[in-house]
Amino acid sequence: MATLTVAGTLALWNAAASDAPAAEAKDGPAAVQKRQPDSLELRAARTTADHGKFEALQQDFKSGPEVTKACLSCHTEAGKQLLKTKHWQWEWRNPENNQLLGKRHVINNFCTATASNEAFCAACHIGYGMKDKNFDFTNEENVDCLVCHDTTGDYKKLPGLAGHPAYQQMEYPPKSGRQVPGVDLQDIAQRVGVTTRASCGACHFLGGGGDAVKHGDLDTSLKNPKRYLDVHMDANGLNFSCGTCHATEGHNIPGSRYTPTGKDAVAHHIRGKVDSSNPTTCQSCHGLKPHSDDSIITAKLNEHTDKIACQTCHIPQFARGGKPTKMTWDWSTAGRLKDGKPFKLKDSAGHDSYATIKGSFTYEADVIPEYQWINGKVKYTLLGDPVNTDGVTEINHYFGSAEDGLSRIWPVKVFRGKQPYDLETKSLLVPHTAVAYGESDSSAFWTNFKWEAALKAGSDYVGRPFGGKFDFVATSMTWPITHMVAPKEDALSCTQCHSKSGRLQGVSGIYMPGRDSTGWLDAIGWLAALGTLIGVLGHGALRIYMARKAG
Amino acid sequence: MSGPSTKIYVFKVFERFWHWSQAGLIIFLLLTGFEIHGVYENFGFKTAVHHHIVAAWTLVGLWVFAIFWHLTSGEWKQYIPTLKKVDAMIKFYLTGIFTNAPHPFRATTLKKHNPLQRLAYLGVLLFISPMIWISGWCYIFYGNWKAWGWDQYLSLEWVAFFHTMAAFMMLVFLIAHLYLTTAGHTPTSHIKAMLTGWEEVDAEETP
Repeated sequence: MATLTVAGTLALWNAAASDAPAAEAKDGPAAVQKRQPDSLELRAARTTADHGKFEALQQDFKSGPEVTKACLSCHTEAGKQLLKTKHWQWEWRNPENNQLLGKRHVINNFCTATASNEAFCAACHIGYGMKDKNFDFTNEENVDCLVCHDTTGDYKKLPGLAGHPAYQQMEYPPKSGRQVPGVDLQDIAQRVGVTTRASCGACHFLGGGGDAVKHGDLDTSLKNPKRYLDVHMDANGLNFSCGTCHATEGHNIPGSRYTPTGKDAVAHHIRGKVDSSNPTTCQSCHGLKPHSDDSIITAKLNEHTDKIACQTCHIPQFARGGKPTKMTWDWSTAGRLKDGKPFKLKDSAGHDSYATIKGSFTYEADVIPEYQWINGKVKYTLLGDPVNTDGVTEINHYFGSAEDGLSRIWPVKVFRGKQPYDLETKSLLVPHTAVAYGESDSSAFWTNFKWEAALKAGSDYVGRPFGGKFDFVATSMTWPITHMVAPKEDALSCTQCHSKSGRLQGVSGIYMPGRDSTGWLDAIGWLAALGTLIGVLGHGALRIYMARKAG
Repeated sequence: MSGPSTKIYVFKVFERFWHWSQAGLIIFLLLTGFEIHGVYENFGFKTAVHHHIVAAWTLVGLWVFAIFWHLTSGEWKQYIPTLKKVDAMIKFYLTGIFTNAPHPFRATTLKKHNPLQRLAYLGVLLFISPMIWISGWCYIFYGNWKAWGWDQYLSLEWVAFFHTMAAFMMLVFLIAHLYLTTAGHTPTSHIKAMLTGWEEVDAEETP
């Protein structure tokens, strides 16, 4: 049974390890070379503190929490700050509609839910030890400082270890025969720094179980992007880190899909001016008139900003970095065995098109987004909420309209799938999929491929009744696209929307020259013009004829 | 249809300049406008929009001069409508023109437009043009609607509706106008008049 688990965890580990030097993963610690420290000048230019000189960090750390303790000995308030964050709590109540969101509660249509799978999912929790729902969310010593502040790229938290990295060399995934080196906590701790694209990306690039899978506009191609991929993060240009836009105070990182800003009414954020609005919007730097007013066309572009999100024109496609993103996921086909064993199928590009543990997928690169009005309000279909058995159940619904004055047209990735729901309660189900490292659990789907057992275990875990009757319901999840901002020369051209079958064909509530017209007016207009033309031509012909006749 | 004729000076230099530059601009605005409307493709949407706006403002500038000229020269009186002889004009276009009958209207320097022209041009000046101007300005100043409080009263859909309707009317006018330029003393006498200023007209029967 354990070998079957390998197939499940291997994909995740491969994704997580894909950026690490290959030799490390294959050959174990023998091949690991100690990194040379940055030049003194370089470090001095970046920071006033050389963590390598800190006494508290001159320790042979045995575990992550020991490092955290050392961090907190200087950064006395950091832990308290972090305990309040979504990154730690995995829980957030939306004041708009009182919905309880966060990874602890949301059911998505990727890996579906964290409940009962915490030991695995916690590889992307900023804490140590979240192995189940009894995790102590009040203990600041379990905050994982390194996962965000690592600058070496060597710090990896492994699925199944409840948020811990490998402290010693270990076989991972279990029974795979592959060795993973232990992390050098002292070295990593001595070289902490501000967050980087790579450190944020260690989780956010790999969401959904692999590189580029989830967001569509976030993947490892953004670690060192060229200008064409992201004009702001361009490694040889502006070189923005995530934090440049997600300007953070007190570890509370702004900019969230739970509370997007559909239309920023506040112009540039100005130093010294009290401003509690979202600092991650394009307008917070570029203002409400981002184009020059000097030319007719650019002035006209400025007139689009009331209805069109900047992203709509300036992110012409997502998944533009060469990494395809997952577009569909059908769980209903999961569990098939070949010769009694789980298997995988690949698509022509070499990406999984089927895996026994997860079902069927499709991947796409350079995807043209869908477009919709977004005003910032969002509602999720949560545990216990009814599903739409006649059509598609929206995992999340972004509200917005042409009329409310708060919306703009946004590009979105719509992720479509099929996932289990309870035929009796008509509610989404939480499957128990993954197990902790080294454990075997006959009810976990990725171990046994038995839906009934997995759904029963998941339901029991979250305290929901489950009578054993289930089916799969079509679901969709919407992801506003906001990263991978192209240089202006690659923005959409006018005609891509202002035409009969353009990008915004399906967006209602606005009149767009080139796309729209009043049909009967055009018909009458052309008839009148044609009638006049025929009339004058006939009149002229008659004149010529009569003149010749009179001749 | 050309009997004995004489020549009179009807169109002054500014008038001819105004007419032809306006004609060119209107045709260009129709071409770019219908491209923006999605009827066909030539310049591409972006360039069409640019040229349409430039041509529109040029026409506005031209009109400022034309209005000033009409007011100061008294030529505005040429557009005072009259129903006198309208029936005779209609009858002429329906029958007389085919039998080489004498033109019921004889242009003079003081009365250069026949009664149907007066009505048609007045219609263009007082109905089609204002509809185009006002809807066009609403379009151009879309970005200011909110600041000016216009957004409560205007929708782009209706602005576009009236702008398009006026454009079709202008197109119909243009087709009819182009044809009627051939309905003078000779088929080319009207056109020559607008080029040279001198119009060939039927000779006066009783001087």
